[in-house]
Amino acid sequence: MNINYSFKTAYRGLLSNKSRSFLTMLGIIIGIAAIILIVSIGKGAEQLILTQVEGMGADMIVVRPGQQPTGPSDIADTLFSDSLTKGDIEALQKKNNVPDLISIAPAVMVTGSVSYQGETYRPTMFGWSAEFMSDMFNVYPERGVLFGQDEIDQLSRVVVIGSKVEDELFGEDNALGQKIKIKDQNFRVIGIFPQHGQAMFFNIDEIVLIPYSTAQTYLLGINHYHEVMLRIGNSENIDRATHDIEITLRDRHDISDPKDDDFFIESQQGVVDQIGTILNVLTLFLSSVVAISLVVGGIGVMNIMLVSVTERTKEIGLRKAIGATNNDILFQFLIESTMLTFVGGIIGILLGATLSFLSSIILTYALSDSWSFSFPFSAALLGVTVSSAVGVVFGLYPARKASKKSPIEALRYE
Amino acid sequence: MVFIDVKNVSKVYGTEENPTYALRDVSFSIEKGEFVSLMGPSGSGKSTLLHILGFLDKHTNGIYRFNGKTMDDFSQEELAKVRNKKMGFVFQQFNLLARASVLENVTLPLLYSGVNKTLWEKKAKDKIEAVGLTHRINHTPAQLSGGEKQRVAIARALINDPDVIFADEPTGNLDSKTGKDVMEIIQSLNKNDKRTVILITHETYTAEHAKRIIYIRDGKVESDTFVKKQRRAHDEFKK
Repeated sequence: MNINYSFKTAYRGLLSNKSRSFLTMLGIIIGIAAIILIVSIGKGAEQLILTQVEGMGADMIVVRPGQQPTGPSDIADTLFSDSLTKGDIEALQKKNNVPDLISIAPAVMVTGSVSYQGETYRPTMFGWSAEFMSDMFNVYPERGVLFGQDEIDQLSRVVVIGSKVEDELFGEDNALGQKIKIKDQNFRVIGIFPQHGQAMFFNIDEIVLIPYSTAQTYLLGINHYHEVMLRIGNSENIDRATHDIEITLRDRHDISDPKDDDFFIESQQGVVDQIGTILNVLTLFLSSVVAISLVVGGIGVMNIMLVSVTERTKEIGLRKAIGATNNDILFQFLIESTMLTFVGGIIGILLGATLSFLSSIILTYALSDSWSFSFPFSAALLGVTVSSAVGVVFGLYPARKASKKSPIEALRYE
Repeated sequence: MVFIDVKNVSKVYGTEENPTYALRDVSFSIEKGEFVSLMGPSGSGKSTLLHILGFLDKHTNGIYRFNGKTMDDFSQEELAKVRNKKMGFVFQQFNLLARASVLENVTLPLLYSGVNKTLWEKKAKDKIEAVGLTHRINHTPAQLSGGEKQRVAIARALINDPDVIFADEPTGNLDSKTGKDVMEIIQSLNKNDKRTVILITHETYTAEHAKRIIYIRDGKVESDTFVKKQRRAHDEFKK
């Protein structure tokens, strides 16, 4: 049996029934296109999130109180754990403890609403260092100023707010210099951020920043921090700095066994890894849904191949009479079904790539953030392999049926 | 020497309680180089007999030897090889591949022969020339007349230089003039190429182109006679 010839015959067979071949392929085309689309969009989403996370700084380390959370309930524990205090900050600031440290800022989370002359709004409220946050996201007030170490030391009642907070409370008026109320206490607005949008896990437009010491003392009545952020000079030194922080804090907290740590450390790399894992799981899930559509497509292929075998009964009889073995016939029909799904797979890849390119344009526009399009080569390779495999698997039954036909029955067939 | 040896061959269809005999105790032998017509009305069992002779079907009882070997001597693959190399089939319905050209149709058996591909075209062109269709070589069957189609089928049957040609009602779908054309070629295969030819027909006129007629009726050999005056398709065509 000549392979070249088989391909030629199969190709001609498919071309002579163009619309039928196309309709048969459609299931495979849609399935493969969906895989490409899902993987490509998944990759784009990952890229977008990574860019945002990394925008926060790859040289950032976050220390949280309590134990590394393994589930949602542990996160609550983190909020109530009081193991990180002012003494820890001072210890970490010492040059010989953490030599790579550039700057450090603790943060506390404040819940509640803010109000101004009867207007109220629930913002995202942090007790933080405004200078630290501005440097981190590279966003500075369009009006007014930030608060710095002086205001923090003096427990000043000042806030820097996001543009949406100003719009909600003041409408058209200028909030700068006005006093807003948080938990019945007055805070003076000293700075307003320009419109900026999402920055990692919160929206800068909806933010109210209070000096962390002020928030601790007047709003929360606590002495500990919810988290401590540290900026390291060079992201390559993250591991060394992490180690230094662990040593310093264990020493201060009298911990000898790392299992007893009452704090845990996260770096951006950890966050990046987590996001990657989540997206991979999501992609896998969607792909398994698509796999079902490929099975359905394969059944369609099987159906049409069975029709084709019946239609060509006479041809099968003739081929057997002039010397084709059962395997020759099996091979011929198998090549035909595989070519059908292979071509379907190729068309699917092209369609999927086109669709994901178009959606990258639409998403860039919709998110007003650059959405990168990348052609997923591994998924394309997988698509070609899977579609060919579908052809072989679902072509096998019709091809076997063809090969088992008795030559005289087949020749007699009208 | 005996080439085709049929001894008490029967073919039974249906159940043991209610058997239908397509062939009943058929015996004859054919030597190499003979031109024999298997003749009989439709339903006489002559096509069944041809299928058995061509290793396309298995008989129920008796012994059939082709060149000294029975069907049981071969595996399924070997049977395919025998059909491919030693036998040539010509059918009433031509059975050409509609989408393939004349050249490709004639080449088809080579696909299963293991013949080096570089020789395909030369071999096929020789046979196409022998049936006088060189000018039609790239046409598809739809562009050919019935007689031309049957000549393509003959060229295809000849491609591997078989020992025997089985022709099943080769003129059945042709008008008398093109039928004569085809018979002329078949006769020359026997006369000039010394090939064994076994022709199936229900017409006495066509059967008389052979040298010997085995008449089959109701699955039995009714007579086995030599033709006194063999018809010459060539001469009649000249007239």
